[in-house]
Amino acid sequence: MSEEKRSLLKRIEAGETLLCDGGIGTMLFELGLEPGSCPEAVALTRPEVLSDIARQYFEAGADIVETNTFGGSPLKLSQYDLDAKTEEINQKAVQAVREVVGHKAYVGACLGPSGKILEPYGDVSESQVYDSYRRQAEALVEAGVDLVLVETMLDINEAKLAIKAAKDVSEVLPVTATMTFDATPRGFYTIMGVDIPAAVSGLIDAGADVIGSNCGNGVVKMVEIARAFRDTTHHSLIIQSNAGLPETERGKVVYRESPDFMAEHVKQMLDVGVSIVGGCCGTTPEHIRAFRTLVDAAGFGS
Amino acid sequence: MDLLQQIADSVIRGQDKQTTELTAQVIARQESPKDILDKGLIAGMNVVGERFKSHEIFLPDVLLAARAMCAGMDLLKPLLIKDGIPMVGKVVIGSVQGDLHDIGKNLVGIMLKGAGFDVIDLGNDVAPEALVAAAKEHQASVIGMSALLTTTMSVMGKVVDMVGEQGLTGQIRTIVGGAPVTADFANDIGADAYGFDAANAVDRVKDLAGV
Repeated sequence: MSEEKRSLLKRIEAGETLLCDGGIGTMLFELGLEPGSCPEAVALTRPEVLSDIARQYFEAGADIVETNTFGGSPLKLSQYDLDAKTEEINQKAVQAVREVVGHKAYVGACLGPSGKILEPYGDVSESQVYDSYRRQAEALVEAGVDLVLVETMLDINEAKLAIKAAKDVSEVLPVTATMTFDATPRGFYTIMGVDIPAAVSGLIDAGADVIGSNCGNGVVKMVEIARAFRDTTHHSLIIQSNAGLPETERGKVVYRESPDFMAEHVKQMLDVGVSIVGGCCGTTPEHIRAFRTLVDAAGFGS
Repeated sequence: MDLLQQIADSVIRGQDKQTTELTAQVIARQESPKDILDKGLIAGMNVVGERFKSHEIFLPDVLLAARAMCAGMDLLKPLLIKDGIPMVGKVVIGSVQGDLHDIGKNLVGIMLKGAGFDVIDLGNDVAPEALVAAAKEHQASVIGMSALLTTTMSVMGKVVDMVGEQGLTGQIRTIVGGAPVTADFANDIGADAYGFDAANAVDRVKDLAGV
């Protein structure tokens, strides 16, 4: 077992709360990404932008800084005719973060959905999706990431394939896996019909070291989701909340939850025993800074 | 149970082979194609739409039901055309330029077909010009646009403006939807309607098309 794995998972087991970073997409657009262009291609054209975002989150106090590789699987990149550049995009995205954080923070490799629906409901096979994640994970692991974060999953079978691909590439790297739930009158479900007990058993079964939820909800609902996970399992948990749901204000999209508002609720997540907290859409370095202050004050930090 | 009800049930259960068989049986009995469509296939999809709306079922069930409905439609469509029975309306749909998210848009397309609309799906990353041109070419009464990215939403306004500039306001109506899109936003850009989810989008398109 590698040093990295021992240290990250050991810190969690010892009761420490680790802080992940916040949203990347919104910042990319603010820093000049053309709407309609492939967000992951920034690694090829302007890697310094990725380093700049990583620096802001690192300086805000994130323990884990993620790579801009959410859509970096060849299946997803093929929508932009960029699948041939899978290796280059993923490796440059890792380098952009590593340059900034060195080994003072963990570099987290982000794996997002393939954008396709698995058979029998959709038109891609399990092996196509597995191969796609495997190729991306190989590039990321070769570039030297410290953990893999499988994120925003809606289909438990796709999540399992992503986890398995990451574990098959490196059995020593920690893998986290998070799904995105909607609040329905019958409780939390993904749009593919996965409830929290099914997510818990499926993600653990596939080998995820830390499980939970990201995206789709503001922090109030995310506290409820954290509790529902904790009621179902003693497994280590990760929660990355949006800064609320997007709203429009004079044609511009805004996320309304302030750093202080979110931090108050992150406190409740710590009480539930969530091991990794971070932000998703709409969260900024300011949010992560507020989480850092809270985690340190609560005595859950290092 | 009568055969049309059985067709509706096989759509609801997402059984495409059974739907094909049953549809072939009722066609052989000289049942009216319009009745097969309305009381069989569409009746089934309406139940699926309602159950999806109330979170009783999820996307996989809807996808299977839609496949079953399309299987029945394949047999029925030539007869409907022969009888000169118009579809309830034509709708051009697409995810707007810059947006490659298409699950929501596909779902709306499936459910519109389920409601009997003729759907021209231009896919994702569709330019405003292409949406308007397709609507004119196919004489569609509605353009439906989807965006999942906050950054691509502004393209929707361009489409609405283009419809106005070409003097097509009232003739081609616009409806917008997608995770970051709100009724306020739809109002701001002057779209004719906003669908907050797939089922609601279908209801609103029915309103726009006067069905």
